[in-house]
Amino acid sequence: MTANIQMDEAALRRFHDVLEERGPDFMKKMLLDMHVIRAFEERAELLYAMGKVHGTMHLSIGQEGNAVGASNALREGDYLLNHHRGHGHCLAWGSDPSRMMAEFLGKETGYCRGRGGSMHIADVESNNLGANGIVAGGVPIAVGVGLSIKMRQTEQVCLVIFGDGAANEGALHEAMNMASIWDLPVIFLCENNQYAMSMPYQDAFNVEQISQRAAGYNMPGDTVDGNDLLAVYSRVRQAADRARSGEGPTFIESVTYRYKGHSKSDQQAYRTRDEVNDWKDNRDPISRYAMLLTEMQVASDEEADGMRPAAVSTIDEAVAFGEDSPDPDIADLLEGVYA
Amino acid sequence: MREITYAEALREALHHALTTDPCVFLIGEDIGVYGGAFGVTRGLYDEFGAGRVIDTPISEAGITGACVGAALTGMRPVGEMQFMDFVTLSMEQLVLQAAKVRFMFGGKASVPMVLRMPGGSGTGAAAQHSESLENWFVHVPGLKVVMPSSPVDAKGLLLSAIDDDNPVIFVEHKLLYKQSGHVPEGDYRIPLGQTNIVREGQHVTVVATSIMVSRALAAADTLAEEGIELEVIDPRTLKPLDDAPIIESVKKTGRALIVHEAVETGGFGGEVVARIAQSEAFAYLEAPVRRLAGVDIPIPYNRELERAAVPQAEDIAAEARKLAQGVY
Repeated sequence: MTANIQMDEAALRRFHDVLEERGPDFMKKMLLDMHVIRAFEERAELLYAMGKVHGTMHLSIGQEGNAVGASNALREGDYLLNHHRGHGHCLAWGSDPSRMMAEFLGKETGYCRGRGGSMHIADVESNNLGANGIVAGGVPIAVGVGLSIKMRQTEQVCLVIFGDGAANEGALHEAMNMASIWDLPVIFLCENNQYAMSMPYQDAFNVEQISQRAAGYNMPGDTVDGNDLLAVYSRVRQAADRARSGEGPTFIESVTYRYKGHSKSDQQAYRTRDEVNDWKDNRDPISRYAMLLTEMQVASDEEADGMRPAAVSTIDEAVAFGEDSPDPDIADLLEGVYA
Repeated sequence: MREITYAEALREALHHALTTDPCVFLIGEDIGVYGGAFGVTRGLYDEFGAGRVIDTPISEAGITGACVGAALTGMRPVGEMQFMDFVTLSMEQLVLQAAKVRFMFGGKASVPMVLRMPGGSGTGAAAQHSESLENWFVHVPGLKVVMPSSPVDAKGLLLSAIDDDNPVIFVEHKLLYKQSGHVPEGDYRIPLGQTNIVREGQHVTVVATSIMVSRALAAADTLAEEGIELEVIDPRTLKPLDDAPIIESVKKTGRALIVHEAVETGGFGGEVVARIAQSEAFAYLEAPVRRLAGVDIPIPYNRELERAAVPQAEDIAAEARKLAQGVY
């Protein structure tokens, strides 16, 4: 333990628990995954600036710790419902960056055959039930997934991720209540990135922490540091264990920050450059986790330093795949509306 | 053949589906011990239990979302909106999720769910419990819309709707629940998307939906005594619409009247008129195509006002008579 990294007793215990249970390769893979997400989104922004992308996008740069921590706490076969700022969760879930980039570029080889785009990437085969363009749109659906799991008597869990903005939609109230009265295996993960487009969460809530809302549904509710990957991992894992054992849902508020604007046209008049820089310089989830792994000697400096180039190279391949892929055939325009 | 009511026919279909398919479940407000606000699910809770006949809090968006999520993961939910009016509270889940998921995901997911809802006026429940909103859903690609007008259709169409791999809006009518008719026992299905020629006639084609079918048949009886023969056609499935029998009928009669309870402006009748106008039947028309629909007001409470707000059998007879006689 060196002076550079500060860990309280709980953080140290989390670190050792994960290392013991999942091993160093797993811990290193999570760092790589965060780099892949950041590289994907930086490239997405660049492609947009170059005029190669037709639609909008919502970047989650700065929020990678939450996506990777949460996804890795679950098992194969579990379900994911995601939100509009969802590239990171999708990649963390294990989706192929090439097919994601192809979708972003609107190509036939994309996950949704170019019909969905950035806001609707789904990979149904891996139980990733999609990003969602409607704030809180996926939350009531999680109730149905939870019901289905319960009826089919499997040990699956449904993770539904939404933002602080979604926490003020009425649909969330209905869904949390239903999940609670029926003890459904659902994890409500609220990614509080501080702003619902321009609205600061402090102005949109009259509670200190969004997780206080959970008490009204008699479900556990906690706030975690969303830029501390292992804190997210551990809390989601605990919620998953509870869900699998039939004890019901959990609400987790994960406090994080988006470095980029809400979408492509955001002038960011609602916050200061200093505030953004403070998060980037002092609380970045990738830097923090990299420092943890190197200082705790899970990864060497060379290994950690090599991950960014590796991630960039993966994204280079993804972009090449996407750009080389065919557009959808207009003759297929009517396909896919009805089963 | 035995006669049962429209509500009993629906219950028989639900019973059959629950018995034969473990993926089917019912979810809605007061559908359990209470048996549903109109008694459709009566007895099913006792037989199939709370796990498959699920009473919910008053959370229409939650009910619809629960259907979407369960359908996406292998189940076949049948949701109930206690009144069609209340579906307004779940429009996001229905229109932006259920209807679009398959297409947005490149055709790689399906949402096999049915949402049952009683529409229509005539019960003195006034403006917030009497809506006929079917055309809202007709306007949404990805949804199917079914409106049974008789007990036999209620059973046959509901079993087909439950079997369908798409979200189906199943619009019942409150005034039809107690209407009786011959209904086959056991597994009886009527395919979705098949227009039904309910009564053949040579003078005027009357396309009617839901309760307007029985009113059109009553009008046909009246006019038959005057030598005017109505051909009464029930699309049964509004979307996808099987318009070929309608077009064929208009080619034969040269006159068409479209009747529905929903308000006229922006109603389903406009779609039928357009299909006729765009088809080869246009050249056979001997009179303007007419619509007879709800007047453009919310449903009033007072009995006489309520009755005057939507087409009655005598209104249909009067309108068809004018068409047949060339007076319009």
